Amino acid sequence: MAKVMMKGNEAMALAALKAGCKAFFGYPITPQSELPEYLAKHMPKYGGVFLQAESEVAAINMVYGASGAGVRVMTSSSSPGIALKQEGISYMAGAELPAVIINVMRGGPGLGGIQPSQADYKQITRGGGNGDYYVIAYAPEDLQETVNVIKEAFDVADLYSNPVMIAVDGLIGQMMEPVDVDMEVSKRELPEKTWATTGTQGKRPPVNINSLYLDPLNLEKHALKLAEKYRLIKENEQRYELVNMDGAELVIVAFGTMARIVRSAIELLSEEGIKVGLLRPITIWPFPEKAFNEIPDSVKGILSCELSTGQMIDDVKIANNGRLPVGFFGRTGGMLPEPEEIVSAVKAMLGGLKHE
Amino acid sequence: MSKIVFQRTKGLTEKEFSYCPGCTHGIIHRLVAEVLEELNILDKAIGISPVGCAVMNYEFFNCDMQQAAHGRAPAVATGIKRVRPDNIVFTYQGDGDLASIGTAEIVHAAHRSENITVIFINNAVYGMTGGQMAPTTLVGQKTTTSPFGRDARLCGEPIRMSELLATIPGATYVERVSVHDPANVRKAKRAVKKAFEIQMKGLGFAFVEFISTCPVNWGKTPQEALNWAKEHMINYYPLGVFREPKEDAQ
Ligand SMILES: Cc1ncc(C[n+]2csc(CCOP(=O)(O)OP(=O)(O)O)c2C)c(N)n1
Ligand code: SF4
Repeated sequence: MAKVMMKGNEAMALAALKAGCKAFFGYPITPQSELPEYLAKHMPKYGGVFLQAESEVAAINMVYGASGAGVRVMTSSSSPGIALKQEGISYMAGAELPAVIINVMRGGPGLGGIQPSQADYKQITRGGGNGDYYVIAYAPEDLQETVNVIKEAFDVADLYSNPVMIAVDGLIGQMMEPVDVDMEVSKRELPEKTWATTGTQGKRPPVNINSLYLDPLNLEKHALKLAEKYRLIKENEQRYELVNMDGAELVIVAFGTMARIVRSAIELLSEEGIKVGLLRPITIWPFPEKAFNEIPDSVKGILSCELSTGQMIDDVKIANNGRLPVGFFGRTGGMLPEPEEIVSAVKAMLGGLKHE
Repeated sequence: MSKIVFQRTKGLTEKEFSYCPGCTHGIIHRLVAEVLEELNILDKAIGISPVGCAVMNYEFFNCDMQQAAHGRAPAVATGIKRVRPDNIVFTYQGDGDLASIGTAEIVHAAHRSENITVIFINNAVYGMTGGQMAPTTLVGQKTTTSPFGRDARLCGEPIRMSELLATIPGATYVERVSVHDPANVRKAKRAVKKAFEIQMKGLGFAFVEFISTCPVNWGKTPQEALNWAKEHMINYYPLGVFREPKEDAQ
């Protein structure tokens, strides 16, 4: 199908429907409200359930119930609402339930603001709720990529029986962009959901969806089983893009909206004869550590560019493992930098490196 | 041929209850399980375990179960029932779970008239965590967090969930029952049966509140606890039907 102009939030909703999402539970919050609004209108045609919950807490627990009943289910929210969902997300990770959670991030802490932000990076990549767990998290940079990863995310969630988060921001949510919602994406071979509570129908013993293991030895076994799953995910699901790496003097690490601004900065820099590469994480958990092995010897330093005061930089440092100097540039609170600000930051870092 | 007069219900597994001696959680489990069996809905039942002393009742009820976060059982039940309307979905929740941390979830499940059955255990304390004050603790009642007795000026008067929910248009059926003597146990079973029949007919939200005992945290013997429930609890929490489907009203 050809590309059509669509608003980000609506295209995300349509992508979920195309992926076979059969239930949505959510609570209104800017800047993602067009997403549930679209589903309220179109979900019935797809034979699914749309319900506006009384809170994000309730919404995520409805997701827990529907997922436990074996159905493809999604919720969406923005930063303060995602904070409220953490209890349910932790329970879902513990009970090994799949779901797709869309987080159209805005500035914080607290009520913060409604403009684009990446200040929830740590909350997203460190689990967010209590316990030893992770959510798989995609941070796409434009609408086409967002739509594609949403469609894949339902498969990935089912494959690993784990929540998957899509971390975008209001810019992607609100902007009109040309998009093909029917673009082919890779499909996974999925196990049958034999664990789902469907009623025994007199055909099998009862099943139970649960995250409680009172015996510490059993809880340890469970945690180790989850850890092994997360190891597999780290091995198989890291996703990233490398841009302009050949002969680069410096590499910028940036994702989502920030990566788009960085692309413009890289062009401005190349006009001045300064070669800068972009390492763009598409998954922020698992963080694409593998990409750092592909950084060429010409590179003298790494600049982490973020829409926060510096969160991903910790993962950049872990992946870099002390090899190259790591610098930071960020704007936050919903402020987006001009490409020129990044150009200056790159020049400052390169200048500093020459004096070392 | 001999006639079997008492038999373990198929609604319960072989697993031994984890409840303290004399705790009425056990009786209430049996009533729910018997009703599931008698209405022939065990095969389609999906129950929600709370956080509280009944947290492990997924091991007791002989049907599919989901364990929910503290107070969220009505939301979990909503998620299940909305995607599987042909199943029978019920929650089993204590008064810390339902009347404190989970008030939003229970009020809105009633408000939407979710077609689910809620079994509510009012034992006037937080049992599992060691007998702290609950929103249902009676005025003057001593608990570990109201060591001088509940003071209404500081903590308010205890909340009556049945009466509260009965004000919500979506609450199809609300009844409060007790299990302090055999006659009341029989009455309670009829209420549970009705609450499931209402769901089977698709009539909406059905809620049965049980006055229940916690002998351990009340510092009483099982018999004293039953007497205390009868004398003090029922005095403040009157038994009866607070709402029922129009066709059933006398
Ligand atoms: C979020 C959260 N807060 C607190 C607890 C601790 N907790 C476990 S059981 C319980 C109280 C349960 O009391 P109630 O619902 O009255 O059930 P009972 O044990 O009396 O049957 C509490 C507070 C928890 N598990 N989760
Ligand atoms: S603590 Fe109380 S409510 Fe819990 S099992 Fe014991 S007697 Fe029953």
